[in-house]
Amino acid sequence: MSILVHHVSKRFGDFAALDDVSLEVESGSLAALLGPSGSGKSTLLRIVAGLEWPDAGEIVLSGRDATALAPQKREVGFVFQHYAAFKHMTVRENVAFGLRVRRRPKAEIRERVDELLGLVQLQGFGDRYPAQLSGGQRQRKALARALAPEPQVLLLDEPFGALDARVRAELREWLRRLHDVVHVTTVFVTHDQEEAMEISDQIAVLNHGRLEQVGPPRQLYDEPASEFVMTFVGDANLVGGKLVRPHDLELLSEPAGDAVEAMIVRASVLGRDTKVELHDRDGAEVVALLTRDRYEELELWRGQTVWIRPRRERVFAA
Amino acid sequence: MRRPRFGKLGLRSVALTYLALILVGPLAIVFWRTFEHGFAPAWNALTQPDTIHAFELTLLITAIAVPVNTVFGIVCALVIVRRRFPGKGLLNAFVDLPLALSPVVVGLSMFLLYGRNGWFGGWFEDHDIQFLFALPAMVVATIFVSLPFVAREVVPTLREIGDEQEQAARTLGAGSLQTFRRITLPSIRWAVIYGVILTTARCLGEYGAVAVVSGRIQGQTETATLRVEEQYEQFNLAGAYAISIVLALMAILVLVAMTAIRPKEGAA
Repeated sequence: MSILVHHVSKRFGDFAALDDVSLEVESGSLAALLGPSGSGKSTLLRIVAGLEWPDAGEIVLSGRDATALAPQKREVGFVFQHYAAFKHMTVRENVAFGLRVRRRPKAEIRERVDELLGLVQLQGFGDRYPAQLSGGQRQRKALARALAPEPQVLLLDEPFGALDARVRAELREWLRRLHDVVHVTTVFVTHDQEEAMEISDQIAVLNHGRLEQVGPPRQLYDEPASEFVMTFVGDANLVGGKLVRPHDLELLSEPAGDAVEAMIVRASVLGRDTKVELHDRDGAEVVALLTRDRYEELELWRGQTVWIRPRRERVFAA
Repeated sequence: MRRPRFGKLGLRSVALTYLALILVGPLAIVFWRTFEHGFAPAWNALTQPDTIHAFELTLLITAIAVPVNTVFGIVCALVIVRRRFPGKGLLNAFVDLPLALSPVVVGLSMFLLYGRNGWFGGWFEDHDIQFLFALPAMVVATIFVSLPFVAREVVPTLREIGDEQEQAARTLGAGSLQTFRRITLPSIRWAVIYGVILTTARCLGEYGAVAVVSGRIQGQTETATLRVEEQYEQFNLAGAYAISIVLALMAILVLVAMTAIRPKEGAA
């Protein structure tokens, strides 16, 4: 049930969608492929599913070389961004599809479909057509359909991308809970770093078809391997040529050592933290995150000149 | 209630008058002429053995050409929409060729190909197969002129539904045949039916190409449309009108079938 991507490359004409990507997803884990659009994350997912062919490299599923295997033989479940609902079938028929093409007995299919509709909270919607469901319901239906044949691997391509913010947050949490129940090795593609941080055990960051870093969310945030990861996963400022997280910036009311002069433009209280926006001497914007206590202690005001100093900083080789 | 403005009313009258003059009028006259002297002359004309044979021949050719063009049209649409290959644009354009080309030209070109001195004519002669002036040539000519309709109906529908449903079916364990039968075909079924109806109508009404390649032998290679002209030329107007009426009724039947199907298309 593990996934092994071994030196995979893929070109579309002149465009290198994937450039020598190697990645391992542990059995039973929930992993995110994170990156901006055009980074190759969806292509990688589709190659794992067999919906695209790599130009070079191998895909190994559960220790078995699957590179030349047709998608229908890979035992993967795939969830598409735009649901890919079978429009001429009811919800029940949609969910039952994978079992029917496997010619399972009717009674077994009925039982399994009932179980899955319960799991995705669509009991009572079985006789509806996809057009009669909301976006969130359609995506839950798509998930039930993908899970029905008990796939070894569940792949989701921007599964919440087409949904509005509230439904998106709900489904995201729900997917995490579902994964705790079903335990199928799951990989999902997203361009939303918050989404990736919130629910995954492992995140693989892709940029321009190359794998930048793989690790648990916390490691990516605390120990980014590159400038790209530092700026893409979480916020970062450029202070004196170095990258600094907003909460790693210290504000001083007096000049001290190598502290850089800056002017306060705006301060906004965000619950426990306070976000302070500053302009340095070149007019570049810097954001600092202070605790409420520290903010009140400093008695800051708009237009005030302060000195900023990174507590922790990073320099990446170009 | 708002009264319709004059512009609207004017436009409507133009459209209706045009239809009346071009379509309904002539059809009505044919009806009237046919039954001018009661049903007997029409019935007599229709029950002549040569006329019955002509209808049988038309139906036989249609029964062969429609399934062939349905299969070809679906395959062609799948290739045009789902595959990438050099020369695809050319294929796309060639499918439309029968719409642009006069059927008479089609008939003549078949003469050049299959005639005694044509490219394939010698082969048929060597194998003792009567191609021209016989059923094979008439079927091929009819297939040619009615070729684009299924493909032209199915192509836009295939484009619109995209290939995600097919991909989803593949990941769920369906092979290509299963995917086609359970996903693709049901999604395009209305387009196929619509295309089949248009193809049928075109086959029933074919005249030009068949006129050239059939040799118009009474009781042998004369289709219903050819029979109309033959009767007309022999001043047997009652016969010509009666056959026309049956052809017109067939066309109306096809139209009714099409209208009956349309609303379902919206609901699916």
